[in-house]
Amino acid sequence: MTNDLIHATAAELAAKIHSGEVSSVEVTQAHLDRIAATDERVNAFLHVDTEGALAQARKVDEDVKAGKQVGPLAGVPLALKDVMTTEGVPTTVGSKILEGWLPPYDATVTRKLKEAGVVILGKTNMDEFAMGSSTENSAYGPTHNPWDLDRIPGGSGGGSSAALAAHQAPLAIGTDTGGSIRQPGAVTGTVGVKPTYGGVSRYGLVAFSSSLDQAGPCARTVLDAALLHEIIAGYDHMDSTSINAPVPPVVAAAREGLSGDLSGLRIGVVTQFSGEGYQQGVLRSFEAAVSQLKELGAEIADVSCPSFDYALPAYYLIAPSECSSNLARFDAMRYGLRVGDDGTRSTEEVMSLTREAGFGPEVKRRIMIGTYALSSGYYDAYYGSAQKVRTLITQDFAKAFENFDVLISPTTPTTAFKIGERANDPMAMYKADLCTIPANLAGTPAMSVPSGLSDEDGLPVGLQIMAPALQDHRMYRVAAAYEAARGAFGGPSL
Amino acid sequence: MTSLVELMDYDEVVEKYDPVLGLEVHVELHTNTKMFCGCANVFGGEPNTNTCPTCLGLPGSLPVVNGKAVESAIRIGLALNCEIADWCRFARKNYFYPDMPKNFQTSQYDEPIAFNGWLDVTLDDGEVIRVEIERAHMEEDTGKSLHVGGATGRIHGAEHSLLDYNRAGVPLIEIVTKMIPGTGKRAPEVARAYVTALRDLLKALDVSDVRMDQGSLRCDANVSLSPKTTGELGTRTETKNVNSLRSVERAVRFEMTRQAAVLESGGSVTQETRHFDESSGSTSPGRKKETAEDYRYFPEPDLVPIAPSREWVEELRGTLPELPWERRARIQKEWNLTDEVLRDLVNANALDLIIATVEAGAKPDEARSWWVSYLAQQANAKGIELTDLAITPAQVARVVELVNSGALTNKLAREAVNGVLEGEGSPDDVVEKRGLKVVSDDSALEKAVDEALAAQPDVAQKIRDGKIQAAGAIVGAVMKATKGQADAARVREIVVARCS
Repeated sequence: MTNDLIHATAAELAAKIHSGEVSSVEVTQAHLDRIAATDERVNAFLHVDTEGALAQARKVDEDVKAGKQVGPLAGVPLALKDVMTTEGVPTTVGSKILEGWLPPYDATVTRKLKEAGVVILGKTNMDEFAMGSSTENSAYGPTHNPWDLDRIPGGSGGGSSAALAAHQAPLAIGTDTGGSIRQPGAVTGTVGVKPTYGGVSRYGLVAFSSSLDQAGPCARTVLDAALLHEIIAGYDHMDSTSINAPVPPVVAAAREGLSGDLSGLRIGVVTQFSGEGYQQGVLRSFEAAVSQLKELGAEIADVSCPSFDYALPAYYLIAPSECSSNLARFDAMRYGLRVGDDGTRSTEEVMSLTREAGFGPEVKRRIMIGTYALSSGYYDAYYGSAQKVRTLITQDFAKAFENFDVLISPTTPTTAFKIGERANDPMAMYKADLCTIPANLAGTPAMSVPSGLSDEDGLPVGLQIMAPALQDHRMYRVAAAYEAARGAFGGPSL
Repeated sequence: MTSLVELMDYDEVVEKYDPVLGLEVHVELHTNTKMFCGCANVFGGEPNTNTCPTCLGLPGSLPVVNGKAVESAIRIGLALNCEIADWCRFARKNYFYPDMPKNFQTSQYDEPIAFNGWLDVTLDDGEVIRVEIERAHMEEDTGKSLHVGGATGRIHGAEHSLLDYNRAGVPLIEIVTKMIPGTGKRAPEVARAYVTALRDLLKALDVSDVRMDQGSLRCDANVSLSPKTTGELGTRTETKNVNSLRSVERAVRFEMTRQAAVLESGGSVTQETRHFDESSGSTSPGRKKETAEDYRYFPEPDLVPIAPSREWVEELRGTLPELPWERRARIQKEWNLTDEVLRDLVNANALDLIIATVEAGAKPDEARSWWVSYLAQQANAKGIELTDLAITPAQVARVVELVNSGALTNKLAREAVNGVLEGEGSPDDVVEKRGLKVVSDDSALEKAVDEALAAQPDVAQKIRDGKIQAAGAIVGAVMKATKGQADAARVREIVVARCS
């Protein structure tokens, strides 16, 4: 029974809970038990909110019993990335600097999940302030990939994707600034979606890079991701960059895709994302996916987006610049860590000691890069040029979407690498986001859906699907059709 | 410390140097809510009660622009004859300070909402100077630091500091002038007149409380000296903490004499922020910074650009009230005032009060007479501004009405005004409480007259003998006996009648 519950999809669990076949408490307890049994090895969770989860589950069960109308995912457990504020529940963003902080408010995403009856199991591990591609930059130790515990689960949202792969939760929330939902999805064999920028409110998402950050759904199936997408998306007056438009019909699109017909759909293969640095097994998996999409009726051709070659350097100027400003508020004055306040030191000294002790090396590196890039005399050459590249990338997307409905590429150049392998080589680490960054810079939606396992190492590979802004449903349709055609590819033996 | 500063004689300064001014005025808007959140925008209040995740800069919080503040910014820009941007953005000004919750201020940088305007400023003698406006931009206020311990109340030497974030996020408009050259010895006066004119304008727009004492209007004065021999621009200093109109004038004057002395002794003026000390009337250097300030401005990614439509801007132009200078011109014409009289009324801060009194029902002459004579004396005696007297124009108009109806004599009216000034309530309340009534009961007056005549039989005899002017002594005695509440003319009639 427990085994069934943790292997079921969110849609299946919702159906069972809503029909009264199982209770949300049973489902929630099964996942809490699974976390207890496995998380010592995986380290996906920074905080498990057993009481809060069971209380929410009981409430849903009461509503179901009382015959009340409940939301499509009411009673289904979820793992929430620790970047989203949760009222009265610790929110660390994977950093020592926020250790012990209890937010006085819920993020809009958190509020929407609660209102929809979704059961929040706890907060998942992440690279500190979402800066990283391996979750090794967490101040609370790395998360391990359930497929191979010696390997990284991707990052920054490695905790959320590992929790899905380890069957600790059927649903998770991630945030994607340069690939932090899609790359972990790819290397853990799970689905991860970065919606159109502005599609999901950022209110309560602890900012890394405001113009790039976007929260999105993570799941083991495309339909589950779509169901979660519709719950968290929508206009929010608390976020000025939130789009005041109807939520794209992603659930309908996912269901439509399950029919397996993609006739007439035009798919562009981005030629920039192959060649040197790409693992052969990843490329072979991608080719196989292209063939399957063709079989489903799609018309596939190559498309060149030359500016994508400059996406990585542009990203590593824009994101650090914004982060250098966003992270300035962590100064020991109002909340979080305070170091050196012994009555002999000045405010500046306490601020400095706190930031020295509270931030990890990668965060410091990016704050320094960003501070430099924004400095007078350097602004035009760095931040200014990067913004121009951003415009060129947006134009490349626009041009490509004149001829194609969606674009595809591998999600990442390689499968999961070993923990520690790239820890001292930032450039190698940054390259994990090579394929995912352009969509962040353009604000367009993109997702990763598993394309099976690499034939060389038996590790999961991700297929990235990209769509124009507000056309999130297009990629869900393609992903659902592909997912059905692809079939099962096994799972980690944890 | 101040005594060590060498100053040059003012006349000598303006003989050798041309002062160049630049004035930055920060205005707190009195919108209901703060600039980027829904917290109440009120002065004072228990510390840290008007706060929320956004104005405390809590992790994850985001700003949302207050539309009313944008509207006020545009109206200010229009009233200052500025161009209004078709499209502009907020920018982050990055620097660390504990009273700034995010350690950046959301402001505007190279894309202000209003720019290229001017304000005509009338000096005490009626000369009009046009001050050019560089820009007016929107930003948020910081919290307040209270430095505890130490002698000065400033951060240097303090034992610890307390932070109040009630003010954090209050909408501010910063209005920056272009360089104001060529004002010569009148530079300090021009600075005061400019801030005064701006204050009156903002008051007429009803966008701010414009209380310098409460910090809702703050002025930073930039001053430099250009040697007349070379005409080269000098190094400027920026003086902060200038909390009254008078201080604006004093601070500019002080800086001129200080900088001249520095230059005269062969030194050079340091570009720095200085702090005005109200009690000594001097300025002193702010905290020394080791490196040049680099605010690392960049467009605020949490906010979308502001693109006011031309229709909206024109609609707002239509909401501009009669502006102070327009009003003055109209009043001068309607009341037939000479330039001189008008200027005196303006300089005495009396014009608006008189207009308001007239609007409340008094005639212009009556209103003027009260404000420029008796009330001006009272303000003078108390050492306060006319505008700070505890009486409203409507109350003055009521007193005038009571006099006109015969209910009060002029003397009683002054007593009624005194009562109002002392907080005894409205004019009618004071009349009631103090029993201020003209004694119009003839039998009571006749009794008083008879008593007075009896007390002064020789005077009574003179009157009976036809020396009517002697009646004054009896009238005086009766007025004294009735505590001034009798109508003196009526008393005189009765006296004459009794003696004939």
